[in-house]
Amino acid sequence: MNSSKPIIEVKNIGKKYNITHQKGSYIALRDVLMNVIKSPFSFLKTKVKQVAGFEKKEDFWALKDVSFDVKKGEVVGIIGANGAGKSTLLKILSQITPPTTGEIILRGRVGSLLEVGTGFHPELTGRENIFLNGAILGMKKKEIAKKFDEIVEFADIGKFLDTPVKYYSSGMYVRLAFSVAAHMEPDILIIDEVLAVGDAEFQKKCLGKMEEITKGEGRTILFVSHNLEAIERLCDQCILLRNGEIIKSGRAGEVINHYLNNERNLSSVIEYTSKPNTEAQITKISILDKNKKPSAQLPINDEFFIAIEYGVFREMKKATLCISIFSEGNMLLNSSAADKEAKLENYSPGKYASIITIPPSLFNVGYYYLNISLQKPFIEHIDTKENILFEILNVNNPRSEIFNNQILGKIAIPLNYDTKRLT
Amino acid sequence: METTVIKPRKTFSLKDVRELWQYKELLYFFSWRDLKVRYKQTSIGIAWAIFQPFITMVIFSIFFGSLAKVPSDGVPYPIFVYVGLLFWQFFSTALSDTSNTLISNQSIITKVYFPRLILPISSVMTKFVDFLIATLILIGLMFYYGYMPHLSGLLILPLLLIITFMASTGLGLFLASINVKYRDVRYALPFFVQIMLFLTPVIYPASIAGKYSYLLALNPMTGVIQSARAAILGATPINWLLIIISLVVTFILMIFGIYIFKKTERYFADII
Repeated sequence: MNSSKPIIEVKNIGKKYNITHQKGSYIALRDVLMNVIKSPFSFLKTKVKQVAGFEKKEDFWALKDVSFDVKKGEVVGIIGANGAGKSTLLKILSQITPPTTGEIILRGRVGSLLEVGTGFHPELTGRENIFLNGAILGMKKKEIAKKFDEIVEFADIGKFLDTPVKYYSSGMYVRLAFSVAAHMEPDILIIDEVLAVGDAEFQKKCLGKMEEITKGEGRTILFVSHNLEAIERLCDQCILLRNGEIIKSGRAGEVINHYLNNERNLSSVIEYTSKPNTEAQITKISILDKNKKPSAQLPINDEFFIAIEYGVFREMKKATLCISIFSEGNMLLNSSAADKEAKLENYSPGKYASIITIPPSLFNVGYYYLNISLQKPFIEHIDTKENILFEILNVNNPRSEIFNNQILGKIAIPLNYDTKRLT
Repeated sequence: METTVIKPRKTFSLKDVRELWQYKELLYFFSWRDLKVRYKQTSIGIAWAIFQPFITMVIFSIFFGSLAKVPSDGVPYPIFVYVGLLFWQFFSTALSDTSNTLISNQSIITKVYFPRLILPISSVMTKFVDFLIATLILIGLMFYYGYMPHLSGLLILPLLLIITFMASTGLGLFLASINVKYRDVRYALPFFVQIMLFLTPVIYPASIAGKYSYLLALNPMTGVIQSARAAILGATPINWLLIIISLVVTFILMIFGIYIFKKTERYFADII
């Protein structure tokens, strides 16, 4: 084995998307045929232009000229704002989509984990899914059989092993899925945001397992996460991406600091281009201060608002809008849904807007993430927007003076101290 | 040590074949999954694989055999139509499944790498298991009507199965590739399969078309079904020319299917 060569060499990787591909989820052949019949000449003209390459296509480079090396045994974190190209990079490294330019050399067996539970089938039992999922992740049958007991034990599903997973609680499902993945033994492991699932206790267990894998067995890992705490804890090296380019790379602590100081994407209004073929879509998310002015930095003592606009294209039955708010360590602090009386609504096609009020002092000073989704609970996520950042500012914070501007904890609602002198 | 090089892809290379072999276990697991899942939560389970062709045979025998008096090369109509149905159902169900296989496995395709060819191939394998189960009825019918298969005839059955396998895979690969971009395939296909049933000598002998029967021969399933009847029932002598035509057409279909599939494969995850 040639140990002097880096185990991963990424050379000038670029990935181009054609915007037209990105927009519509799919085209109906009918539309194409209709175009031909309606205006055969203009159709011919555009086709000829396309073939001859005259047509101005809207290209979008999700990654541009990305190069880096990873040495054996290193754990490298990849961070960056939404849309920086992290997921595209992982998809290329996992061979799900090919790069447009450049070359990557991976010296060793590669395992990639872009999602836990890929290929889990609800009708199959836990036991059957362990084998199926293992095979999809690239494990050999013999390997899975050997690790089987370990997997079951780590997942802690006990007597439900032979129950179809559709009857599992979501916690059990995630535990089983992670457990299979954690027992892969590739030389190079590529992981995307998988720790963002499960309850806090299980997340801890996963992090522990990850540490065991990385520190103990000398495996090379590439790790994408919004959980900067986890990145700092697990990674030696870190790469910061912005708009498809590497902005900074080096020791994890330094890169994370650079990111925190310069790259935080605090946009108060985010608009999304519409995808015509979906059932419904979130089109705009705004964070508004107490005067309904857009701002993603909010004084701790003021109430503020989250305004969400969404379009419903086809009748959407038994659905609801949900928001969840996470702390920086990816702990879920609050989640709520639009169903005040605990029932789901039917939405007829049209445009909708919801405004959610966040009471003053709910959250302590710091950064928080919002996930917003339109969903049919337990059935389908129709549209989800994740990791929208806002910051609570330490302004006019009467309580913090006693403790030098620092109060601890994530929830800042003042509690009522009723104190009487007794003697 | 394994080394993987990732770069902009060529359409086809020999590496792909080797890779397919490396992933044979996954192929097995996908087929196993489809078989397992299909009959879960059904009360008669795998018996559906027998039930469907059997009832179809009964209905066809009543309407086409007894009432419409469709000729059957001197063989009792039920057994005549059953041989046709057996191969036809293998072909048509495999074709439908293969065309939808990329869409139905979309969540896996966008998350994990494996040679995508595995999915359509595993669909056909699953249908082959159904075929084997449905063969039991044929054996029963042969006992009932007192037919002994000719030994020499049985020898060409594997060849006929290979042709059916390749024809459904080839056409299926092509349809699966366009289905990723144009979902119309999903709606057009059942209709297409229904029409094809009447353009294939399943319920009637090819001889019915008279001097136009050579047109039917372009449909590879014509050769397969005619030869299967010749081999199993000895209804007519085996027509080697017909088999060769089927083989050639199938081969072209297969190459074409693989070519289109490989050509579009790299974009599946981006546009699916």
